[in-house]
Amino acid sequence: MATQTAPGALITEPHAGVGLQGRLRTAPWWLLPLTVVSVLGAFTVYAIWTAFFSGGVNQAGPYLSPFYSPLIWATGPITPALWVLWSPLLFRATCYYYRKAYYRSFFWDPPACAVGELRYREYRGEAHFPLFLNNLHRFFLYAVLVVTGFLWYDVFLAFWDPKTGHVQLGLGTFIMLGNVTLLSLYTFGCHSLRHLSGGGLDCYSQGRFGMARFRAWSAVTVLNLRHAMWAWLSMFSVVLTDIYIHMLRAGWFIDPHVVF
Amino acid sequence: MTTVERVREEAAHIGAQPAAGQESGLTGDTVDLRVLKGVPGGAPEEVAYQVPMVTGMVVLDAVHYVQHNLDTDLACRWNCKAAKCGSCSAEVNGHPVLMCKTRIDELPAGPVVVHPLKTFPLIKDLVTDVSRNYEINREIPQFTPAPGDEGPWRIQQVDIDRLYEYRRCIECFLCQDVCHIMRSHHYADRFYGPRFFVRVASLEMHPKDVLNRVDQTRTDGGLGYCNITKCCTEVCPEHIHITDNAIIPLKERNADRHWDPVRFVGRFLRGERPAGDGTQQGH
Repeated sequence: MATQTAPGALITEPHAGVGLQGRLRTAPWWLLPLTVVSVLGAFTVYAIWTAFFSGGVNQAGPYLSPFYSPLIWATGPITPALWVLWSPLLFRATCYYYRKAYYRSFFWDPPACAVGELRYREYRGEAHFPLFLNNLHRFFLYAVLVVTGFLWYDVFLAFWDPKTGHVQLGLGTFIMLGNVTLLSLYTFGCHSLRHLSGGGLDCYSQGRFGMARFRAWSAVTVLNLRHAMWAWLSMFSVVLTDIYIHMLRAGWFIDPHVVF
Repeated sequence: MTTVERVREEAAHIGAQPAAGQESGLTGDTVDLRVLKGVPGGAPEEVAYQVPMVTGMVVLDAVHYVQHNLDTDLACRWNCKAAKCGSCSAEVNGHPVLMCKTRIDELPAGPVVVHPLKTFPLIKDLVTDVSRNYEINREIPQFTPAPGDEGPWRIQQVDIDRLYEYRRCIECFLCQDVCHIMRSHHYADRFYGPRFFVRVASLEMHPKDVLNRVDQTRTDGGLGYCNITKCCTEVCPEHIHITDNAIIPLKERNADRHWDPVRFVGRFLRGERPAGDGTQQGH
């Protein structure tokens, strides 16, 4: 049996083969891009809502939403979330893992491996404006490291009952602790941090602080191996924490807690 | 006598028929193998062959069966059949793989469709011209120790450990094939591709190499075109973390030199030459 196929299936001239070529795939290659678009799109919509349209600072008792931490200029015409949100959002937007996710899912460049692309156009990648700005990732890392410090401080505050000043353990305390742990696992597994901590060295045994940096690089590498997982889990945990505090603030229920 | 019958007879003389052990391994099933046959300029055809299934059969076995018994005209490049030479790269059911490492019983039910690597110019059937890769390889400056320090050296294990991963590369060029910058955009003239970013990374991170190739990789090698979609890592049969351990570190070294005003000010204050002078850093 001989089946004629399109000549474009073989690259013998420029631009041949452009267009989706997933006909040989048995698995649904489009499922992952569709999921990423849905989840990241929903997160974006939620972040805009909670930052701009949820009626002021999302804070309930000792709990402060991560979208608003650290709390800068709590009152004023501009939502306080705006002073903070740019750093984690740009950190994620320039993150090497999220770049993969949105290049594949939103830009379809490519939508999946070896399935071709939807259309041919002049490809610029990250070699030109605006996407070469992704090289600034490390600066958003520096900003996020500061924000992460504040988030840990918020967790510390969540252990104290604001009325009595005594130590308290509430469901919200554990939610905030889990959230900041996941955020830290994501942040400290960053590719840029991996480079800065020691990946940029060629010789560990001879350089100043070489072995200390090797150990730091090794530790970051352990987290970096699961960077995508931490990226998703921490994103979900931020939303869940914010939703929980919204519910407390709306008075839907009282945070179950123990005061010592 | 037809060509096929003549070939079978000749094959029997030289022992190309299935060996006794293989005969006993026959499962009774038949593989519906479809191979894209063609030459440059001609209309490629997907030709179907019925191949007896043998326990543990890989796609390369099925192609060899076709070559020996059904279609001696079929062109296929192979060498070791042990996933170490990198010769038998092809696209099986749309996935770039080594044919010798792809078991047929692990593929989804249905026809097994084998195409040549789409990124490279076709020579014949499953054989493609990968010579551009060797040209790119020659563009990369080779290992260069400091003058007067040509070795032999005693290097600490901690300094050399991470280079072993890069040395695993068997140059099967599956990563070059799957990379959309070469596959869909045909930038082989301005983009080194994942395999050669691995090579550059292995040289850049070598404790005894003093040359800087980061700027060349950015300008001539088109490092900025890579948008880190990790397809190269997914197809690598040696499980090299190409993106995480080679391409991103190179991008970060490039950021050190061109995208870090803090380092720029530091270099200025120390009176160092600006980035791009070809000397090594981080050493």
